[in-house]
Amino acid sequence: MIEVKHVMKSFNGQQVLSDINHQFETGKVNLIIGQSGQGKSVLAKCIVGLYEVDEGQILFDGRNFTDMERFERSQIREEIGMLFQGVALFDSLTVEQNIMFPLTMFTNMTKGEMQKRVDFCLDRVNLSGRNKLFPAECSGGMQKRIGIARAIAMNPKYLFCDEPNSGLDPKTSIVIDGLIKDITAEYNMTTVVITHDMNSVIEIGQNILFIHQGKKWWSGDKDSILTTDNPEILSFVYASEFMKEIRSIMQEKRT
Amino acid sequence: MKLLQNIGKYTLMLTMVFTKPKKWKIFLSRLINELENIGISSLPIVALMSTFIGGVIALQTASSMSNPLLPKYTVGYITQSSTILEFSPTIISLILAGKVGSNVASEIGTMRVTEQIDALEIMGVNSLNHLVLPKIIAAILFFPVLIIFSMTLSMLGGWMALMITDLTTTETYVLGLRAFFNPFHITYALTKTVVFGFLIVSVSSFYGYYVKGGSINVGQASTQAVVSSSVAILVANLILTQLLLLS
Repeated sequence: MIEVKHVMKSFNGQQVLSDINHQFETGKVNLIIGQSGQGKSVLAKCIVGLYEVDEGQILFDGRNFTDMERFERSQIREEIGMLFQGVALFDSLTVEQNIMFPLTMFTNMTKGEMQKRVDFCLDRVNLSGRNKLFPAECSGGMQKRIGIARAIAMNPKYLFCDEPNSGLDPKTSIVIDGLIKDITAEYNMTTVVITHDMNSVIEIGQNILFIHQGKKWWSGDKDSILTTDNPEILSFVYASEFMKEIRSIMQEKRT
Repeated sequence: MKLLQNIGKYTLMLTMVFTKPKKWKIFLSRLINELENIGISSLPIVALMSTFIGGVIALQTASSMSNPLLPKYTVGYITQSSTILEFSPTIISLILAGKVGSNVASEIGTMRVTEQIDALEIMGVNSLNHLVLPKIIAAILFFPVLIIFSMTLSMLGGWMALMITDLTTTETYVLGLRAFFNPFHITYALTKTVVFGFLIVSVSSFYGYYVKGGSINVGQASTQAVVSSSVAILVANLILTQLLLLS
């Protein structure tokens, strides 16, 4: 479990996060949602330590990450897998070398063992046999799946996905969402997904945190988000004509 | 004020760079890659520049030799001394600041804006040590090789130019090259080269590592890296010359 306690963050005097408190639960897909520019990615970067919080604490299974020295943080970071919005694959390395990178860096596995693990991870994301390709030779969807394969290579306890569906078509997005959900359940990870894609919310949202104006505005699950009467959430969830239509159908059914 | 801030940030960066690598095997493999990227790939431009400039130095010196009191071997002597003292260590380092500096800044800058450096940090890797240390060590190890190569080709270029124009004989030119040769000048030149190599790669890495924004900013960082490392070379050249030759 990851606990965020009274987290505050500002940049150049402008408050970006104000007093955020939340628990990201183990074995569940935890979503951070909200409109662009509300502080979702900043919160995620604060949690993983890419940004230092101004106030508050981040606890990984009770371990206070905020007060740790660099060396201690490195140990926690070895338990974290992250899929970046732009995937962030190392473009000078092949797919295989990308997935193998954390294994060579942090384990004492033999070459054969690492190869087995790479093949397993690639198979898990349905990309068997693509070992020797370079990231530039892969499509956007493939790159996301390679990013997931690299993120799970070390069997992480915590998985972070920053807008995993950005730039993908709806069908591929569903594949990626399904993969994240399955992997989370399979390895009992604490998964945190940053998204503003309503499809993802409905597909995989088990514990949702809605951020608005840098504050925790609402939290709940995918069922309760569709029935809440919070005006900010309503304007976010039912922003598109399609979702508005769904809402009217749901209301008709109820009456 | 900003200069002081940058110097402080640069010093802090170096403290992160010079830490023990997590895995020596990975460090060595990256070092070999960097020796090729930074060193071996620079051989053609160093060869081209050195040969031609060496030729020009010899021809210019020969054309100024109207005074009959000057011995004929002066052409060789001046080619040798200007090559060893200044042209090879300083001018070639300035050229390498353009080639290697822009390459290092844009490579690291692109990794920054595409979140590859964040990915390394999230994994628990000291990204500065992982990315920058092999480059600095490669430059320190290979720049002296490049400079010795440059000195040789420059003097060879001078000989070729003089032979083609028939301005002197091989014997006279070689006599000049050997005249008043001070072996300490080689030590001086190589010491300067090691310092310049360190400055080029560390200053360029600094601009690449702390870039913010997108491709335009990476381009600007790359230009800034070349300008700043060139200035650093000129300042260091003055200080080292004072320290090594005049004190």
